[in-house]
Amino acid sequence: MARILPARKACAVNPLKMSAPLGGAMAFMGLDGCLPLLHGSQGCTAFGLVLLVRHYREGIPFQTTAMNEVTTIMGGLDNLEQAVVNIASRARPKVIGICSTGLVETRGEDIPSDLKLIRERHPELAETALIFAPTPDYVGGMEEGWASAVTAMIEALVEPKRARARTQRGRINILAGCHLTPGDIEALQDIVEAFGLEAMVLPDISGSLDGHVPDQYIATTFGGTTVEDIRAMGSAGLTIAVGGHMRGPAEALKERTGVPYVLFDRLTGLGPVDHLVETLSEYSGRPVPEKLKRQRSQLVDAMLDGHFYFGGKKVAIGAEPDLMLALGSWLADMGAELAACVTTTPQTRLAALPAAEVLVGDLADLEAMAEGCDLLVTHSHGRGMAERSGTPFFRAGFPQFDRLGAQHQTLIGYRGARDLIFAVGNLLMEHGHDHVEVAPSRKQFHAAA
Amino acid sequence: MSLKAKIAEVFNEPGCSTNQAKSETARKKGCSKPLTPGAAAGGCAFDGAKIALQPITDAAHIVHGPIGCEGNAWDNRHSASSGPTLYRTGFTTDLTELDVIHGGEKKLWKAIREVAEAHKPPAIFVYQTCVPAMIGDDVVKVCKAASEKFGLPVIPVDAPGFAGSKNLGNKLAGETLLDYVIGTIEPDDVTPYDINIIGDFNLVGELWYVLPLFERLGIRLRASITGDARYHEIACAHRAKANLLVCSQAMVNVARKMEERWGIPYMDGSFYGVTDVSNVLRGMAGLLVKQGADPELLDRAEALIALEEAKLWERLEKYRPVLSGKKVLLYTGGHKSWSVVSALQELGMTIIKTSVRKATESDKERIKDLMGDDAPMVDAIPPREMYRMLKEGEADIMLSGGRTQFVALKAKRPWLDINQERIHAYAGYQGTLRLVERLALALSSPIWEQVRKPAPWETARMPHPEERSVSKDEAHPSRQPLARLPQGEDILRGVK
Repeated sequence: MARILPARKACAVNPLKMSAPLGGAMAFMGLDGCLPLLHGSQGCTAFGLVLLVRHYREGIPFQTTAMNEVTTIMGGLDNLEQAVVNIASRARPKVIGICSTGLVETRGEDIPSDLKLIRERHPELAETALIFAPTPDYVGGMEEGWASAVTAMIEALVEPKRARARTQRGRINILAGCHLTPGDIEALQDIVEAFGLEAMVLPDISGSLDGHVPDQYIATTFGGTTVEDIRAMGSAGLTIAVGGHMRGPAEALKERTGVPYVLFDRLTGLGPVDHLVETLSEYSGRPVPEKLKRQRSQLVDAMLDGHFYFGGKKVAIGAEPDLMLALGSWLADMGAELAACVTTTPQTRLAALPAAEVLVGDLADLEAMAEGCDLLVTHSHGRGMAERSGTPFFRAGFPQFDRLGAQHQTLIGYRGARDLIFAVGNLLMEHGHDHVEVAPSRKQFHAAA
Repeated sequence: MSLKAKIAEVFNEPGCSTNQAKSETARKKGCSKPLTPGAAAGGCAFDGAKIALQPITDAAHIVHGPIGCEGNAWDNRHSASSGPTLYRTGFTTDLTELDVIHGGEKKLWKAIREVAEAHKPPAIFVYQTCVPAMIGDDVVKVCKAASEKFGLPVIPVDAPGFAGSKNLGNKLAGETLLDYVIGTIEPDDVTPYDINIIGDFNLVGELWYVLPLFERLGIRLRASITGDARYHEIACAHRAKANLLVCSQAMVNVARKMEERWGIPYMDGSFYGVTDVSNVLRGMAGLLVKQGADPELLDRAEALIALEEAKLWERLEKYRPVLSGKKVLLYTGGHKSWSVVSALQELGMTIIKTSVRKATESDKERIKDLMGDDAPMVDAIPPREMYRMLKEGEADIMLSGGRTQFVALKAKRPWLDINQERIHAYAGYQGTLRLVERLALALSSPIWEQVRKPAPWETARMPHPEERSVSKDEAHPSRQPLARLPQGEDILRGVK
């Protein structure tokens, strides 16, 4: 059980946290034909856009209401209206996903009312879904912004349950957390499909940000969850939510449609994936397919082969709460010690982390706490501290701008955990020899030679 | 001397207690037990010779043979160097079909020239292997000519794989050093406190856990044969005052012949386990005093031993709760088996079986001293039986070499590498602490509980012995995951 220590400094040094609007916008990127829009100054979008482009190595549709000094004083309605109208006419998206920012939230903009007014004034927008997610920069980080956007999607689009509506038991919903990569989502879909079930993923960045190459230029997202699919989520027999921050969206969906949900804190590691597979087997009434049994066996073998290199290793990890829970718990499963844990927001569920304490802080905190650690796990901004200390560095989370293939890094499922053991184990193995200090007499010998 | 004569000489080693225990007729047969084709697992003579000489860090080691000999074998041990790195470069003549037809001597000559010119090493060792030995390449002659031509010692190591076992190769390597290296240079800095260590290969740098102990007593290392060695040191080794032989089986011929030729007394010892390290310090101090060193050396040795042992036991104590009561299967050759026994027993572990495949009679006596007359010594355990013992929980952990590790791991039991391929240093007092740390880590790894737990959908299955005491609900925390669902059981009925 971990104690959660609140932030203790005024000045964040080398921040770990990414903003909520960025998380919200990224969730909208998991919808098909969507154009995410930040209601704020143009820098809010530009900074996020740079990170998204570098991480996913894709052209990212991402717009701004370009608030300026005058509109900040006079109110943002005009800018929002112009932005929505311009986007609708130029890019013809099916969805415009609007996330607020610190700027407009501080001002106290009533965006839902503004959107209502815009709809009244512009009947040509009737076919375009306008979804608003409140994501002030000053509340939470990416996970919180992501969850807010997914809740907004559900409330805006999912059709409430009608009496005597038929449940399609072959369909299940997956509410994917912010920490799942396109690779993770594909892996999860594979597992679900192995039981003859059809998975409806929300949001599905594996459809839009997986790096496929379209035949023509498209100004919006291409691939991802469709509006029709979202509308029909109430007909599924079960919802699987991944990551504690998806409890809110799962509750919202259940309230609206009555579809029950199972929340998985994590799907990285043997036990959690067993739980998922067992859940699906019982739900579908089908036995566990041989393919999955084989993959499970491979994971067990990887654990046996790999545990030597993890045992007693001290790990410093900096991640948002649910990625922290997934990777941290898995590292502890392998025998490593979570010696330094820094996260972004004080979520009570972090108490379940097998560490003494989790600090809400930044990478400078992590660097101070990480002295003597054998492994560093965080996003690409950890490279500075890794270089300074010479600690083996495993990149995880967002952003990973100095590596290829971040979008396909797969941490979940039997195979994800298996490959994760190899990737991290190899780093540890490279540095895993005992380093016996050369005996004084041999040093002299070397100096003389 | 021909290879055949050399082997006969090595086999008839008066310093070898195994050999001395034999009858006259048995001795004539030599020590190579005939291998059973299809059921043999061990290195060849070339392997043994290479292991024993390669730790000479500033020399170049050229393997004269087809690619299998060096290509499959280079850079596979963690014999550490405090300086030069040339020994880790793999050199081989990589014989081809045409070389086999026309002979490989010219290619070897060129190879020696290339290495001599490119690296200018203080010496080059040339290893004979099966194929060139069969086609009649005269490695000794090529080396002799190359030494003269290139002006550096080029030393033939005549131990082709088919000559015998790895152990024989170790001894042939020792013979090579005696014939070509030791005594070829006269040092000008002899002191009464100079010793050689014979048979340690400085795996993972563990010799450096031990050397500082000697240094604190004012005892100086003249040469290590061959861990972290320099060629020059070994060439001067004949001026040491005492020899310490640590891997008794591997290089006993070197210690005994050095005694014969240069009057250097030797003792047999080990760096593994508390008592053994102390005995080595005590014994070497005693030998040096006999050779003329100041007798106060003995008192200083005792003081150091008392201090270091007390410090170590204090640090080991915290591992007692994890280790106490655990049953160990020790499966390895020779001295390593008994060396660690005393430390493990002191911490409350039980040795349920220990193999004595390569152990000498005196090794076996030691085991009996430590564990009583009914010491559970076995020669070899078939893998199937080993698997059963581990699977059924007769042993909690196995300590062995890399080849048997998967017997333990597939039985989902902890395993610890105590052979040459390991990456942890276990010699000396500090090394004993490392070993105990690694044991505790292996036994307490959280993966065991996870991997032994059956998949939740496997109900009709024998539980692993570890879980027999655990109730079914505890063993399957995710047994009824959907019971926690808001809508309860009604969604469990499957797709219609």
